[in-house]
Amino acid sequence: MSTNIRRVVVTGIGAVAPNGHGIKEFERALRDGVSGIRFIPRLAELNFRCQVGGVPQGIPEVAPKYFSEDELLAMNEAMLYGCIASIDAWRDAGLEVPARDSQEVNWDSGCVLGSGLSGIDTVGGMLVPRIDAGKVRRMGSTMVEQTMSSSISAKLSGLLALGNQVTSNSSACNTGCEAIHDAFYHIRNGLAECMVAGGAESASPYIWGGFDAMRVLNDTSNEAPHKASRPMSASAAGFIPGAGGGALILESLERAEKRGAKIYAELISAVVNCGGHRLGGSMTAPNSVAVQRCIRGAIAAAGIKPADIDAINGHLTATMADPLEIRNWAAALECPPDKLPFVNSTKSMIGHCLGAAGALESVASILELKHGFLHGSINCEDVHPEIAAFSDRIVRKTVDRQVNILAKTSFGFGDVNGCLIFRRWQ
Amino acid sequence: MSDVVMDQVVAIVTPFARNKEALQSVGPDSTFLQDLQVSSSRLVDIILAIEDKFGIEVDDTEADKINTIGAAVSLIKSKQTH
Repeated sequence: MSTNIRRVVVTGIGAVAPNGHGIKEFERALRDGVSGIRFIPRLAELNFRCQVGGVPQGIPEVAPKYFSEDELLAMNEAMLYGCIASIDAWRDAGLEVPARDSQEVNWDSGCVLGSGLSGIDTVGGMLVPRIDAGKVRRMGSTMVEQTMSSSISAKLSGLLALGNQVTSNSSACNTGCEAIHDAFYHIRNGLAECMVAGGAESASPYIWGGFDAMRVLNDTSNEAPHKASRPMSASAAGFIPGAGGGALILESLERAEKRGAKIYAELISAVVNCGGHRLGGSMTAPNSVAVQRCIRGAIAAAGIKPADIDAINGHLTATMADPLEIRNWAAALECPPDKLPFVNSTKSMIGHCLGAAGALESVASILELKHGFLHGSINCEDVHPEIAAFSDRIVRKTVDRQVNILAKTSFGFGDVNGCLIFRRWQ
Repeated sequence: MSDVVMDQVVAIVTPFARNKEALQSVGPDSTFLQDLQVSSSRLVDIILAIEDKFGIEVDDTEADKINTIGAAVSLIKSKQTH
């Protein structure tokens, strides 16, 4: 690794997850194997096959502590999740949320906050019905700011007076990892000192319906929500949709040390790529060559050896792709099953939070690195037979273990891949 | 002297007012933008809420002239008497 590159560290984290809001509550839930998956009556009313999902609890109740009455009139669910997670992370980093009427701009700070389908609840619930009824005049003033793709980052920039690049990315289920990747390079390239990076997704039937129609959601566990999300399990029957927001404060090591910030971890590399819908890849299936290139590229960029990776927080959604993902990791690392790094899936507890997934799972990974544990991947007591040889490497119950290097991967529709490698800060 | 229509207009404007202190001394001459610090883009929402509350229609020309609490109250009362 070159010695003159700018190092990037994580100095704050925030989570609005189905099994906990705030990093203390989220960490406790991860350690205790608490599922945030619940039965959702609205999905039953709408004749969804899958009637369970992961929805953060208590957010409307805490929202007035973060936002004014006026602001809340123009914020939909994804904006709330993304901005609350970001403000929590900002404060966790020891940074001050500026007064709304202050005149200071944080020129060195920006954000990349993405989502898969930001604002679709507003589009489906208000915009389309009113326009189709000829009532465009009745929509009021807040449609654009709630439905534009950049709604979350645009709102956050005002809340934190961000003066550097402010944008929202979207790459399906890789959105969260990609946001962190983009923010990482923005700092590494010397264009910013601090970036808020992450993603958010709302709990909207208008998002989840498309997946239900594809029959990729588990519809066999409506009576047992906590058992519904089953990554790496022989009885996995599809993923469980989730919602929430996750955010990291990425900062140049130089600035973090200068201001005496606490440092959770160093982000030592980030790679995204695409399989081009070739070599077995398609809109919905991964090109394994691309997945392995992504992982190997991240390892090379980090200047480490494959054997240095202690743990993997996988994409692992509980679809038929799980065994392939495990095999791709083994192939990329060129290791036998018993040498695979320990692997877990945060989705076993929070479901697949889509555009927020990579961000929330990165927060989980950083908590694990910082506090010396690996959370159990619940609901895989019956390991899928195709990955039986890896059984001992799957963390099924939370263990105290100090890992030094952890890799977080996400994959998404469009054949896109992302791999982040975090190193414990010592 | 208490004015029911004015009280209702103030209630409509309250969530949009970013200057909560100004609400304590609100009166007919209070301006939406300068005194109450309502975002200019939100004036549209206040007009819609007034239409709903009082069962009236306010066209765009009339809406453009509503700069104060008093102007809103006067317009509402004029429409209610027709």
